[in-house]
Amino acid sequence: MTAASPAALALGVHPGMAVAKAQALIAGLEVRDADPAGDGAALERLAVWALRRYSPVVAADPPDGLHLDMAGASHLLGGEAAFIADLSRRLADSGVAARIAIAPTYGAAHALARFGPAPALIVPPRDLEISLAPLPIAALRLDAAAIESLRRLGVDTVGELAALPRAPLALRFGPEVSRRLDQAMGRASEPFELVEAPELIRVRRAFAEPIAAPETLARYTAKLALQLCEALERQGLGARRLDLLFHRVDNRIEAIRAGTAKPLRDAKRMTRLLGDKIETVAPGFGIELMTLTATIAEPLHYRANASSLIEPATPDLSDLVDTLANRMAHGTLYRCAPTQSEVPERNVRRIEPLAEPAGVTWPADWPRPSRLICPPAPVEAMALLPDHPPVSFTWGGIRHRVKRADGPERIFGEWWVRDGELEAVRDYFQVEDEAGERFWLFRRGDGEDPNTGDHRWYLHGIFA
Amino acid sequence: MSSSVNPQISALREQIARLESAGWRHRGVLPFGLESVDRKIPGGGLALGALHEVAGGGNGAVHGAAAALFAAGIAARTSGQVLWCVTRRDLFAPALAQAGLHPDRVIYAEVGDEKAVLACMEEGLRHGDLAAVVGELARLPMVASRRLQLCAEETGTIALAIRRWRRMTEAADFGQPTASATRWRVTALPSAPLPVPGVGRARWLIELIRARAGECADFELDACDDQGRLALPADLAHGQAPAEPRRVGATA
Repeated sequence: MTAASPAALALGVHPGMAVAKAQALIAGLEVRDADPAGDGAALERLAVWALRRYSPVVAADPPDGLHLDMAGASHLLGGEAAFIADLSRRLADSGVAARIAIAPTYGAAHALARFGPAPALIVPPRDLEISLAPLPIAALRLDAAAIESLRRLGVDTVGELAALPRAPLALRFGPEVSRRLDQAMGRASEPFELVEAPELIRVRRAFAEPIAAPETLARYTAKLALQLCEALERQGLGARRLDLLFHRVDNRIEAIRAGTAKPLRDAKRMTRLLGDKIETVAPGFGIELMTLTATIAEPLHYRANASSLIEPATPDLSDLVDTLANRMAHGTLYRCAPTQSEVPERNVRRIEPLAEPAGVTWPADWPRPSRLICPPAPVEAMALLPDHPPVSFTWGGIRHRVKRADGPERIFGEWWVRDGELEAVRDYFQVEDEAGERFWLFRRGDGEDPNTGDHRWYLHGIFA
Repeated sequence: MSSSVNPQISALREQIARLESAGWRHRGVLPFGLESVDRKIPGGGLALGALHEVAGGGNGAVHGAAAALFAAGIAARTSGQVLWCVTRRDLFAPALAQAGLHPDRVIYAEVGDEKAVLACMEEGLRHGDLAAVVGELARLPMVASRRLQLCAEETGTIALAIRRWRRMTEAADFGQPTASATRWRVTALPSAPLPVPGVGRARWLIELIRARAGECADFELDACDDQGRLALPADLAHGQAPAEPRRVGATA
């Protein structure tokens, strides 16, 4: 027995049990032959998916792990927490149960993902030793014999192992134990077998002498971009995502990832997108190999841009959008478009910055404030029921006397969005105070029927 | 004495102006379309390829609602795409559409901090195919404003900085020198009473606090219409008192 489903585990079957015993335990147990080759291939496919989606540096970690290097990539995903949420959601959607750990070293992440206290963990560098200490020594990827003899010595956790003197430890168990410990603690480097995806278009350049100067890196980036464009052109493709990897002489890999909004096959723009981030690359003792991969490539169609006498040519903003999107650390680029909703919070939808022009705008019959206060701020207001505007209202401790008002504009709840809005009503008023400032107030409820709302007043926006 | 110096000084002034304005004077201007306003601005309108600052007066220094509409009106009267960089997410796009800025024309960049706003604005200005670049900023140091101004001069894109602060006390920052071509303050005024209950077109006090090579001025104008145009208030247009209000639609 090599693996069991959660249902089988609940019934007392566990990996390592003999099949006959398990079958005796549970009637009708479904047994399938283990397929290590198939599992390995599936893991490779998953690794390529992660390479496309998340990180330029991905390795399959058989039998059951994936190793992603997040340095230089998490900003495209909205930070580490957002990355974990997205990854676990997508894996769960496709039926893969996963445990995720982000840690400063591969060894630590490997240990915490398998033996950590929670299914999703982020460990900052300063907490590395504290978080590793309570884990069992099996977390350190030691062989079974070493684990067994360490246990016999009374060493059960990583913390206890780390506290032992090094020299006798190496004498007794050989260099392996110390090496694994150092790899987990970040004191020893670890080679990295990148996932191979032969279908990806990749160009590479090896250097007889390691290079390190940023100008040199930039120059070779430009050369690689030119080569990649030629390779892309042969297949009629354009790159949507570019990964530039720098293999350092000390076996570490530095990566730059850039995304584009439209398929790109322009060496100059590629160089510019990648060159923006060359300063983030730490060359260490030198770089001996650079590879540039079009991780996501899509067919590139040229479009005739015939000039028209009547209309001015629409400018191409895709290069600006790419530059901004790659440079912004935690930001989004978007356009707004109307939706089929009257509720102010819902009638703006974000679309891609380069989406086709929607051509529609919001109905202009009722004024809308330029600043929307979200969530609406409760205010104290005095008004005659059922449909008079307030005479005055108090917001943030300041009383505004209403001089002029317009309304009500009645907005009904959308029961098809939320059940609770079946009878909900909001009456919106545009009011102007003595100083000429204009506010957008609403009252929950229609002023008569308490089912439609509790008749409280809220400030939802400011016109001027 | 003075008569002998003056020709020299004026010649020098002209020379300096030529040196300084080689980049931006020929880019042209975006007039407001109101003679009384355009007359007060050097060049007869907002210089294209220059940085302009807008802030709200009073409470507007914090929420910047009128300033945003004023900037939207200016951007609406250009033609082409607009980049609007914000750090806070309270801008309501339908209002910009009502000031004449169609949603298809605006690309928003929502970024984490003001440094990123400045970087985005700079990138947008450098690109050259945008009609206007708007950014909401609290701090605009001299160096940053100079950079924006130079980028704008390079391409002829109009740069608008909406100055907006977290607290009223920080609004004193608006007095600090920057490299912007003009500096405006927009304050809401009580609007003209309508003959019927309701709210009419908003009215703004628009102060031109600083204009490069020009003088300060202030105007009392009606807010942007759906084309982004300001207007002279009807009751002030010709220096006449308004006609006696008549009830519309009501019969005895």
